[in-house]
Amino acid sequence: MAGIIASIIDGVLVGAVYGLAAMGLTLIWGVMNVINLTHGAMIVLGMFALYFLTTGLGLPPYGAVPVTIGLGFVFGVLVYWIAVHRVIGRTHLMSLLSTFAMNMVLIGLGTALFSTSPYNVPVPLSGVTWKGYTFTGTHIMAAVLALVIAGLLYLLLYRTRIGKAIRAVADNRDAAELNGIPTTQVLSFAFGLGVALAGVSGTLIATLFPFTVLSGGAYELKSFIVTVLGGLGNPAGALMGGVALGLIEGVTTPFMPVSWVPIIEFVLFVFVLILFPRGIFAFARS
Amino acid sequence: MRIKEDAMTMRLVLIAAVALLTSAPAVAADDALTIGFTVSRTGKLNNDSTAQMRGFELWRDELNNREGGIQAGGKRYKVNFVSYDDESANARVQQLYTRIINQDKAQFLFSPYSSGLVATAAIVSEQYGRIMLTTGAAEEKTYKLGNKNLFQVYSSADLYLAGAIQALKELNPGAQIAFVYKDDPFSKAVLQSARKQAEQAGLNTVLDEAYSPETTDFGPIINKVISAKADVLLGGGHYPDGATLARQLYDHKAGLRWVTLLVAPDSPNFATLGEAAIGVSVPSQWEPQVSFKPDFGPTAAEFTQRFQAKYGIEPGYHAAGGYTAGLILQHAIEQAGSLDQAKVAGVLNNMDVTTMFGRTKFSTNPKEHGLQTGHEMVLAQWQKKNGNVVKEVIWPKSAKSSDMLY
Repeated sequence: MAGIIASIIDGVLVGAVYGLAAMGLTLIWGVMNVINLTHGAMIVLGMFALYFLTTGLGLPPYGAVPVTIGLGFVFGVLVYWIAVHRVIGRTHLMSLLSTFAMNMVLIGLGTALFSTSPYNVPVPLSGVTWKGYTFTGTHIMAAVLALVIAGLLYLLLYRTRIGKAIRAVADNRDAAELNGIPTTQVLSFAFGLGVALAGVSGTLIATLFPFTVLSGGAYELKSFIVTVLGGLGNPAGALMGGVALGLIEGVTTPFMPVSWVPIIEFVLFVFVLILFPRGIFAFARS
Repeated sequence: MRIKEDAMTMRLVLIAAVALLTSAPAVAADDALTIGFTVSRTGKLNNDSTAQMRGFELWRDELNNREGGIQAGGKRYKVNFVSYDDESANARVQQLYTRIINQDKAQFLFSPYSSGLVATAAIVSEQYGRIMLTTGAAEEKTYKLGNKNLFQVYSSADLYLAGAIQALKELNPGAQIAFVYKDDPFSKAVLQSARKQAEQAGLNTVLDEAYSPETTDFGPIINKVISAKADVLLGGGHYPDGATLARQLYDHKAGLRWVTLLVAPDSPNFATLGEAAIGVSVPSQWEPQVSFKPDFGPTAAEFTQRFQAKYGIEPGYHAAGGYTAGLILQHAIEQAGSLDQAKVAGVLNNMDVTTMFGRTKFSTNPKEHGLQTGHEMVLAQWQKKNGNVVKEVIWPKSAKSSDMLY
C-alpha cells in the first residue's frame, strides 16, 4: 500500500514538470495556431543551458532557472522571426514543415557539437524519506518551481496588458488588429514565451535526470498528449493534464509490468481525443 | 631518311624507358584493400559507435604507417576504409551495406555497432557472401540463422551477466535479485540467460521487468524494486537509460547492495554521476588493465597508451573491439597469403589466438557459425580511490585489479 501511495506522489511530482513542458506548446498552438515541432529541441536547449551555466559559469542549479527563462524568451523571438512569421495564417502543413526543419537544424547542430553522450548535472538536495520510499529533493523542488512558474504565467495572461493582448489575438487576430493591438509583435512575444517555458522545463528536467541531445523527443511526445488532455491554448489545463499523466504513470506502474504503461497512456490519449476533442479541461471550462 | 630513323629510335628508347620505370619490382606496388562498414555518426548509438570506429581507424593508421599495409602472397596491401553514417537506423544499414558491396566493391566488411544493426547488416553480407568481422554485437541469434561468413569478436550476450552472478553467489547466496532491463534485443538476450544462470546458482529472483526504451522517469520502477525488498539489481540497457537509472537509484536511496548495469557504466562519462556511480558494476568485454599476453599486436597497456595519445581519452571496450577486429582480419589475410574470401574464411575458422582483447576462437558448428567461443568477460566496478571515482576490474579473480564492494 505504501508503495502505491509513493508511486502516486512521485507521479504527481513528475507530472507537474510534464505540465510545465506542455504549457509552452499549448500557448503557441492556442495563440497562433502553429504546432511548434521545435518544442523538443527547445527543451534540450534548456537542459544544456543548465549544464553550461552550472559547470561553465558556476551558477547554482536553481539560479539558472531565471537565466534560462530570459535566454529562452530571446531565442524564441528569434526563431519566430526566422521560421514562423511568414507561415502564420497559412496551412498547418507549412508551419509544421517550417518548425520541423528548424528542429532538424537544431538537433543536427547539437549532435555535431555535443555528440549523443549523456550529460549530467548532480544536484545535491536531500529528499523526504517515508517508509523506505524517498521523494527526492530535486523532484519536489522541480514540482514547486513548475507551480510557481505556472502561477506567474497565469498572472501575466490575466492581469497584465500584454497578457490581455495575447488573449485578444488568440481569440480573433483581425479584431485585435483593428483595435490597435500590434498583433505581429504580440505573436512574437507569445512565441518567445512558449519557448521560454519549454526551455525552463528542460532546465528543471535536467536537475532530475541525465540527458542527451536526443532527450527532447520523449518529452515532446508527452507534451502533445498533455496538450490534448488539457485543451489547446489553456495553460492551466496543461498543468492539470501533466499532473493527470504523471498520476496515470504512477498509479498503473505498481500493478502491471512497466512495459504496459506507455500502452495505457496512449489508449487513454485516443479515448480522450474521441470523447473530449477539445480537451478534458476545456470541456470543464466551457 | 636519317631523321626518320632517329625519330623512330627516340620513340623506341622512350617506350623502353617508360616500360622499365613502370615495371613492378617484387613487393613495391601499393595495392589497396578496401574494408567497408557503417558508423552511427548521428542518432542514439552515436557515442559507442564512434568509439568503435576510432578502434578501426587506429588499427588502419598504425598498419599503413608502421608496416606499409598487410603483406599477403608477396604483395603489400594498404588498407582503405569506405564508411557511411547509418544514422543508428536499420533501413540505412541495409541500403548502405548493399552499396558498400556493390558500388564501392569492398572486399571485407566490419559490422556497425549494436546487435540490432548488425543483424540487418548480416543479412546483406551473407546474401553477397562477404566476410564480415562483427564487433559491438553480442546477441547470439544472428549467428544461429545459418551463416557462413560472420565472425564475432565480442563474447555473446548470454555470458554478460554470468560473472556478476557467480560473484554474487560467493558474496551472498541468499541475495534477492531484481532484474530491471531495457526492452530491446540485446538486453533481453542477456537477461534471458541471466535468469537461467541465477536459477542454477540458487539465487532468488523477486522482480523481473522490462522497461520501454522511451522511459524517461524510473521513479515508479524503483519504487517497485523497493517494494519487492530487493538487495541486488541487475539489468539496464545502453547509455542514456543506464545512466538515468543509476542516478535515480542513488537519489531514491533504493537500499541496494549491488547494482550491475549493462554498457552505460563502462563509459568514462559515467564518472560525471559522482557519488551515484560508486559501487555500480558493469560487465565488460575488455578493460585497459587486463593483462593478456598477445600472440601478435600490442598489449592492452600499449594499445591504451597509443589510443590515449591519438584521441586524448582512455579507450573503452568498444574501441578495443574495433581495433581487435582489424588485428584478427589482418592476421587471417597474412596467414592465408591472399585476399580470396574462401582462403581467409578458412584461416578464421581454424583460428585460436590471443590478442590484447583476450582469446579469440570462432565456432565452426554450422548451427552457430562465427559465434565467439574463446573470449571471457570481465566485471568492472566504480570505486572511490584517493578521492577520485575510478573504474577497477573486480572479476574474474585472475584478472582483477581491486576487491569487490558489496
